[in-house]
Amino acid sequence: MRFVDEYRDAEKARTLAAKIAALCEPGRHYKFMEVCGCHTHTIYKHGLEDYLPESISLVHGPGCPVCVLPMGRVDDAIALAEQPDVIMTSFGDMMRVPGGRGSFFDSSAAGTDIRMVYSPLDALKIARQNPNKHVIFMAIGMETTAPSTAMTVLRAAAEGIENFSIFCNHVMIVPAIKAILDSPDLRLDGFIGPGHVSTVIGCRPYEYIPAEYGKPIVTAGFEPLDILQSVYMLLQQLVDGRCEVENQYSRVVPWDGNTVALRAMGEVMELRPYFQWRGLGFISHSALQVREKYAAFDAERHFTLPGVRVADPKACQCGEVLKGVLKPWECKVFGTACTPEMPIGTCMVSSEGACAAYYNFGRFSRERIREVSIETSRA
Amino acid sequence: MTHQDTTQQHQADWAEAAVAEHAEGNDAGHLAHAAVGAAPASREQLVLERIDRARRARPRVREKLITLAHGAGGKATQSLIEAIFLDAFRNPLLEPLEDAATVTAGDVQLAFTTDSYVVSPLFFPGGNIGDLAVNGTVNDLAVSGARPAHLSAGFILEEGFPVEDLRRIVASMAAAATAAGVSIVTGDTKVVQRGKGDGCYINTAGVGLITGGLNLGVATARPGDVVIVSGPVGDHGITIMLERGELDLEADLVSDTASVHDLVQGLLDAVGPDVRAMRDATRGGVATILNEVATAAGVAVVVEEEAVPVRPEVRGACELLGIDPLYVACEGRIVVIVDPAAADAAVAALQAHPLGAGATIVGRVAEDPPGLVLLKTGFGGTRIIDLLVGDPLPRIC
Repeated sequence: MRFVDEYRDAEKARTLAAKIAALCEPGRHYKFMEVCGCHTHTIYKHGLEDYLPESISLVHGPGCPVCVLPMGRVDDAIALAEQPDVIMTSFGDMMRVPGGRGSFFDSSAAGTDIRMVYSPLDALKIARQNPNKHVIFMAIGMETTAPSTAMTVLRAAAEGIENFSIFCNHVMIVPAIKAILDSPDLRLDGFIGPGHVSTVIGCRPYEYIPAEYGKPIVTAGFEPLDILQSVYMLLQQLVDGRCEVENQYSRVVPWDGNTVALRAMGEVMELRPYFQWRGLGFISHSALQVREKYAAFDAERHFTLPGVRVADPKACQCGEVLKGVLKPWECKVFGTACTPEMPIGTCMVSSEGACAAYYNFGRFSRERIREVSIETSRA
Repeated sequence: MTHQDTTQQHQADWAEAAVAEHAEGNDAGHLAHAAVGAAPASREQLVLERIDRARRARPRVREKLITLAHGAGGKATQSLIEAIFLDAFRNPLLEPLEDAATVTAGDVQLAFTTDSYVVSPLFFPGGNIGDLAVNGTVNDLAVSGARPAHLSAGFILEEGFPVEDLRRIVASMAAAATAAGVSIVTGDTKVVQRGKGDGCYINTAGVGLITGGLNLGVATARPGDVVIVSGPVGDHGITIMLERGELDLEADLVSDTASVHDLVQGLLDAVGPDVRAMRDATRGGVATILNEVATAAGVAVVVEEEAVPVRPEVRGACELLGIDPLYVACEGRIVVIVDPAAADAAVAALQAHPLGAGATIVGRVAEDPPGLVLLKTGFGGTRIIDLLVGDPLPRIC
């Protein structure tokens, strides 16, 4: 398939892997964080770690919007869905995310009207078709999805639709990366920068990372060769003694971002003073809320939310996983109490969560697999 | 940077309970964490073994209510079947949980199966619920090594359902039955109030005659065996998703619904004694079947991603939706596990039939690691193909 296969070429991967191995300084260990959950997904889905030398480890970062949503916000969303004559709409990823009292799936089984949509515009369509109901869109995501939420609110305002609102949980990646850089228990050699977010915000917002923290960052695409190439570019920076923001994903990411999208976001939303991230705690100016001007489309103003904080289960180590301090399998409940069927931590829910990716795709010993593949290729 | 929070904090009781339940018998886990001095690889190995034990534990249904995940064909369905149905009905004929049960009447061996059909929309490119209801049950009999003979048909109709639609559905059933050489010999009709059903649900049951004296079953797979699929996978599932119109995607795709009894007969005539198991890849796709093989036989199944036939339209839709074609439903494809010596003859026999024109070897059975399905990715890496949790949900970014 065009535009896909050329980025998954095994021959090119072998060439790139050899170049990567050649750049590694003997005896040195490298730790790079891929910020974005989609990168984590790609790495495991394609078995990319098979190409990396043992001296390079990839650490999975906080860029999975589902994973960082605290339980209390899920409970708030379910409380909204339980209001009379409300239709709650949500992306599919959200359906199984557990709150303190269960997930959207559980709530739907108990009788609330929760529907899966593929775009916020679909939620608006449901509002048009159901004038006697109030339709709420569970808006989650980083800067990647915030513009489409904003455009939907603008469309609703232009059409004068009164039975539609959003429950805004949009978060921003830059403050989260900063929180990780400020965290004392982490030593990183560089970042594989979030490609999707960068299609909206561009590469400029990352300039503080090399400037203030002395870490290189390469904005990367989502095919396996993109990631392999960005690892190569990070190593090359270290070898050259450079430390800067580079754009591997230039076929999609403009340096200055998408100004139309940014304008729509700025028109409808503003920064919250602070927001709770699961596992990372409260981070100032790290999330978006609906501006006063569009209050009519803000579910938080329409309804009274319980707003009860739910403590993360004590055994759950999602926070350490999200900060890259622990590998998923190092968490005490990984794979036993916490599985994709019954996730205790959010990293186990979304296909982009590090724990789910490791459990679903990588739960085997690579040593033993090497023996298997030799055996089967001989057979 | 941080904000002092004064709001009341609650605890997620269900999560604490789950952790407590697993805390017992978790010595290996503590070991893994205690053994900090040990090499990471061996610590990881301990954790993998702990997970393996947790997966082999008796399945339980923890939910208080049935959710859609219980019907999606993945882990939740499996837990429901084993913890609720098998637990209550347990007997040696049911226990293998094969597509059809083998029952003996005098010196005659019969395969007996049933299936219900609730597809939405009822009509789709390539067929309708009636075709599915006949072909699905015929196929369950055929892959059990039986010659399909007689079917029953039960209808649950919703008040207000157009009779003309029912006529179309029933005409399709009659045509599919004729094509499969079976007769529909008994039936039942119920009508429910408007709003209590989705137009039309169908249940079919079927019996077939087992003559070959074959010992088929996923548990008989052994290392070295070859895995064959009979054609491109995922056509039915993607056709239905597109037809629902929720995706605003269009493609020239039709469902692959067909009865495979003739295809299976050709295969058994050619290499019958060398066939270990056959399954029709319906809900849960090829991946679910291969997991059943790995679990039941205690073997590994290794699949080559590039060898799996997938139509470009199906692959394109799957890429957009972030789902894996290996999990997408087919309605006329079979997966065959066969002795390596007979692999080429088996592929040739399948290819000789129009429904098997795209038949090809996609993988092999290996010894280690037992119970896992591994995929050699087109990119050149390795990963697991696990049982699906719930429906394949689209990813958001």
